Amino acid sequence: MKILEIRDMKKSFGDLEVLKGVSLSVNEGEVLSIIGPSGSGKSTLLRCATMLEQMDEGDLLYLDEYAAKDVKGGKSIYSSKLDLKRIRRNFGLVFQNFNLFPHYSVLKNVAEAPQLVDGISKKKAETRARILLDKLGLSDKAEAFPFQLSGGQQQRVSIARALALQPKLLFFDEPTSALDPELTGEVLKVIKELAKEKMTMVIVTHEMHFAEELSDRIIFIEDGIIQVEGTPEDIFKTDNPRLKEFIGKFGK
Amino acid sequence: MNINFVLTQLGLGFLTTVIIFALTLLFSLPLGLLVSFGRMSKIFIIRTISKFYISVMRGTPLMLQLIVVFFAPYYVFGLQLGSSYRFTAVIVAFVLNYAAYFAEIYRGGIESMPVGQYEAAKVLGYSKGQTFIRIILPQVIKRILPPITNETITLVKDTSLAFVLSVVEMFTMAKQIAASQTTMMPLMIAGLFYYLFNLVVAFGMERIEKSMNYYR
Repeated sequence: MKILEIRDMKKSFGDLEVLKGVSLSVNEGEVLSIIGPSGSGKSTLLRCATMLEQMDEGDLLYLDEYAAKDVKGGKSIYSSKLDLKRIRRNFGLVFQNFNLFPHYSVLKNVAEAPQLVDGISKKKAETRARILLDKLGLSDKAEAFPFQLSGGQQQRVSIARALALQPKLLFFDEPTSALDPELTGEVLKVIKELAKEKMTMVIVTHEMHFAEELSDRIIFIEDGIIQVEGTPEDIFKTDNPRLKEFIGKFGK
Repeated sequence: MNINFVLTQLGLGFLTTVIIFALTLLFSLPLGLLVSFGRMSKIFIIRTISKFYISVMRGTPLMLQLIVVFFAPYYVFGLQLGSSYRFTAVIVAFVLNYAAYFAEIYRGGIESMPVGQYEAAKVLGYSKGQTFIRIILPQVIKRILPPITNETITLVKDTSLAFVLSVVEMFTMAKQIAASQTTMMPLMIAGLFYYLFNLVVAFGMERIEKSMNYYR
């Protein structure tokens, strides 16, 4: 079953065409990594997929339901607010710089959204949140505030916060880029655990080794289009000179 | 000169000062938030009106605004309002004036919030109202407390301007006694009252700031 499908996504900022027609789909239980140089459009792709940004042209579907549909004449028409609200519940997003709510305790960061969105009781939400925090090795941090945590711990909290809404698909936007090198390991470990549990994930990353190890499929994007798509094996044994150079630069 | 007489009279005036102060804060803080929304509105006409309002309120003397608010009902609408309107006019003018300053402080606070907070809330399914009330406003309040304290302290001293409409607050009282008894003493005592009142205000605001220090 296709969790996410993007058809011919285009996006410009003024005169700058950032996405020039990107199509991809993600099946249930699949891990897709997106790699590419800075300015290649991979962040914009993620922001359009999560509807933080509106694409100009193309289709966006979650579970075969249109979130945005390209009408003839090439313009994406988004579904009604109410439909989008429901569609948004299919996915979660983990940000590069966490974006935790600083005035909330770790527990409240994780437990509030399910209360507001799913309408479950505070008690139930907090019980679930504690189970999640426990799973991510943060059980002793439930009462702490984000500023008291290391970057790696904060990123794990933000993963727990996203998981609390039980998304069918989890997006990661360079989840380790804001972390000190010695802290990336704990976050990558958590993502690997999720992959083992067959969580469907789309990961924008610079961690080549990690992408190779974890992904079912990898997309190399440059200049706003998908240059190469394939299994990790395909990607790392590529003949494409640009991809070779890119992989070389990031030294796997 | 009877010091007890001076203190009693000033004390009565002080009560009026405190009431002007409290009512002004009570109404101008929420009104300021509303004006800041107008100032940040996507709708051109609302934004322009708010900008103009703020510009006039900040650009003309508060004393003149007091006079205008007091006389406007008569000269503009031909309404004859009783002398009890004096006090109302003082409150209305203070509220209108302070709301403009507070609006800009709110705007500064709101616009300083990182976009990531809005985006995180959006992806998590918070509605716009929930995002503002639960995520944005509490953090904005923490950020704007120092400038709010500044304005609040200025307000304590500005209450003395109520004399232009012959509302007898502490400063008016002090001047009257000073004139009738040809001594500066009542004015100095009034100054001491203002100072002590502001010490209390500053102390209170500091407590509020400290209570928000549990996060960064």
